[in-house]
Amino acid sequence: MTGTDRDLPPRAGKPIRLESVTRRWGETTAVDGLSIHIPEGSFTALLGPSGCGKSTTLRMIAGLETVSEGRVLVGGEDVTGRPSSKRDLSMVFQSYALFPHLSVAENIVFGLKVRRVGRADREARLARVADLLGLSPLLDRKPGQLSGGQQQRVALGRAIIGEKPICLMDEPLSNLDAKLRHEMRVEIRALQKQLGFTMVYVTHDQVEAITMADQVVLLNAGRLEQAAPPRALYEKPASPFAARFVGTPPMNLFPASAFGRLAGAPAHQLGIRPEAMHLEKGGPLTASVWALEYLGADILADCVAGETVFQVRLPTTGAVVPGQSIDLGFENGALHVFDGQTGRRRDDLVSEFGAQLRS
Amino acid sequence: MHRPSFRFQGLSGRFPGDIDIFRTTDISVMRGSKFRREWITGWLLLLPALVFLFAFTHIPAVTTILNSFFSTPRGRRPAKFVGLDNYEQMIGDPVFWKVLWNNLWFALGTIPVSVALAIVMALWVNEKLAGRSFVRMAYFTPTVLPLIAVANIWLFFYTPGFGLFDQITGFLLGWPATNYLGNPDSALNAIIVVTVWKEAGFFMIFYLAALQSIPVTLKEAAQIEGAGRWTVFRRITFPLLMPTTLFVCVNAVINSFRLVDHIFILTDGGPDNASALLLFYIYEVAFRFWETAYGATLTVALLVLLSLLALGQFFFFDRKVHYR
Repeated sequence: MTGTDRDLPPRAGKPIRLESVTRRWGETTAVDGLSIHIPEGSFTALLGPSGCGKSTTLRMIAGLETVSEGRVLVGGEDVTGRPSSKRDLSMVFQSYALFPHLSVAENIVFGLKVRRVGRADREARLARVADLLGLSPLLDRKPGQLSGGQQQRVALGRAIIGEKPICLMDEPLSNLDAKLRHEMRVEIRALQKQLGFTMVYVTHDQVEAITMADQVVLLNAGRLEQAAPPRALYEKPASPFAARFVGTPPMNLFPASAFGRLAGAPAHQLGIRPEAMHLEKGGPLTASVWALEYLGADILADCVAGETVFQVRLPTTGAVVPGQSIDLGFENGALHVFDGQTGRRRDDLVSEFGAQLRS
Repeated sequence: MHRPSFRFQGLSGRFPGDIDIFRTTDISVMRGSKFRREWITGWLLLLPALVFLFAFTHIPAVTTILNSFFSTPRGRRPAKFVGLDNYEQMIGDPVFWKVLWNNLWFALGTIPVSVALAIVMALWVNEKLAGRSFVRMAYFTPTVLPLIAVANIWLFFYTPGFGLFDQITGFLLGWPATNYLGNPDSALNAIIVVTVWKEAGFFMIFYLAALQSIPVTLKEAAQIEGAGRWTVFRRITFPLLMPTTLFVCVNAVINSFRLVDHIFILTDGGPDNASALLLFYIYEVAFRFWETAYGATLTVALLVLLSLLALGQFFFFDRKVHYR
């Protein structure tokens, strides 16, 4: 893992900075003291379970939601009190929010018309965007006559035609079927790379976040859990929540006591990914197989060790049957230790625990 | 009952399918009578509504058209066919042209103002504001009140000298007492004001319902694209309200010919027919002067006018209305 976002060529985007941004509705706090930095030209995904405040955060950046406390800075300028129309950004809504009474062409150039861009310039840009998104034959249609994927493209076209430095997207793919979602994922990523704007992308789908983003901002209950590139998020999750949220199936978490050889250790949590475990005679973890799930490429085994239920990804070749007792091993590097008190990651304990488990 | 095809002769009872043929015939005969019974039941169910519809709408309408070609029966003199005489009388009647002209002014004065007010009020009470439901209710109240009662309240407002308006203008501006309803120049306008007050709240409810069915994200998307409040209204909200506007306009036009209750209380058509409208004139001719044949003629004129207006509105608006 290298600092990918630093090696990239200069881009047209603007950086966004949130400084302890908070949003409250009466008693409930939707976003709680959130501070993040979104570098210019980067693709940042706001990831989290539903209700974690990711959409609210995006809407505060867009200026559609007022900020209760803290500041929003775009390109170094404080825009906290500015209306959305003065923030120089574009947005794609989950419902696409296409204007039903306007044709595809009128929908796309809506912003240009509002800003009184000349007709010739408008037409040229429309032709270019329509060409880029394959919308040219559909320009005269109304949104109601388009399929979901086509509507999605129109929404994209409306967002990019203004050539704004920032584009916000609120779960734009959630209304598409799986195949189309994959295609659009690739396409949106390519588009962002090509045009170089700063992208803030809200999703609850960790696969989407991991595959598309340069930086993933993981939120939980209105607070920042971890902000890191996808690899770092997967390889070095900062908390048990991050560890469980990213990766399918989620990381297994064990109390230290689940390992016989760690009987005397303090009450920390140990995490090991299902794919990092393998069968090993005399390995540090003894478990009994409870159920098997055949996935084709491999087998997912539900196991029990002590009181802990966990999953292991095993090759299809090894014959394992439910009820069998197995020994499992893993590399030291695959071990994650989370503090029993604070829940934070404790890399300093990994080698010590690893050594104890190997002894 | 005989077999439908000789091919099956001699096979009777051997193939289950053979028996089925008889059964099918039985069922189709039964089904036929069942259909007829359903058909009769259907008409019987429709009958009460049809009786009322014909008794109070269709037969009177046809009778009215027929009556307009006959003279008014009086005493022992029965009605006799007079052809287009009644229509000639109407075209030569200065009062008819006066009330038609009045009605045109009345429509022009009430419809745009009440529709515009309705939109403004609906936009306002659609926002988040303190006491929103109270304001909504207040706007809707004039619709609920009977027009006769309302007209009496307004009669007090307009009273020269100590009426509400004179007290306000007299106190603040020092104006002399004004007889709004007694002056031919202001009588119709005074009635227009009452009608707008009465109708705007009613139309507001339709606009409010329509506004609430427009997704908020459309407005937000337009704002993100740099549109201000006015642009959002002009380019997004108003076009999406067009179906409602069509509906409200058709209603408003019909109402401008239909609502005359308050004229009886406020001005009784005067002074010098300055505030008489077409329907009011029809009522006067038919049920005060008992010129029923001429009343029927005027009614036909009103019906033709209303039909033309409704048709014209649908054709005019249809190209501009986007239905979701």
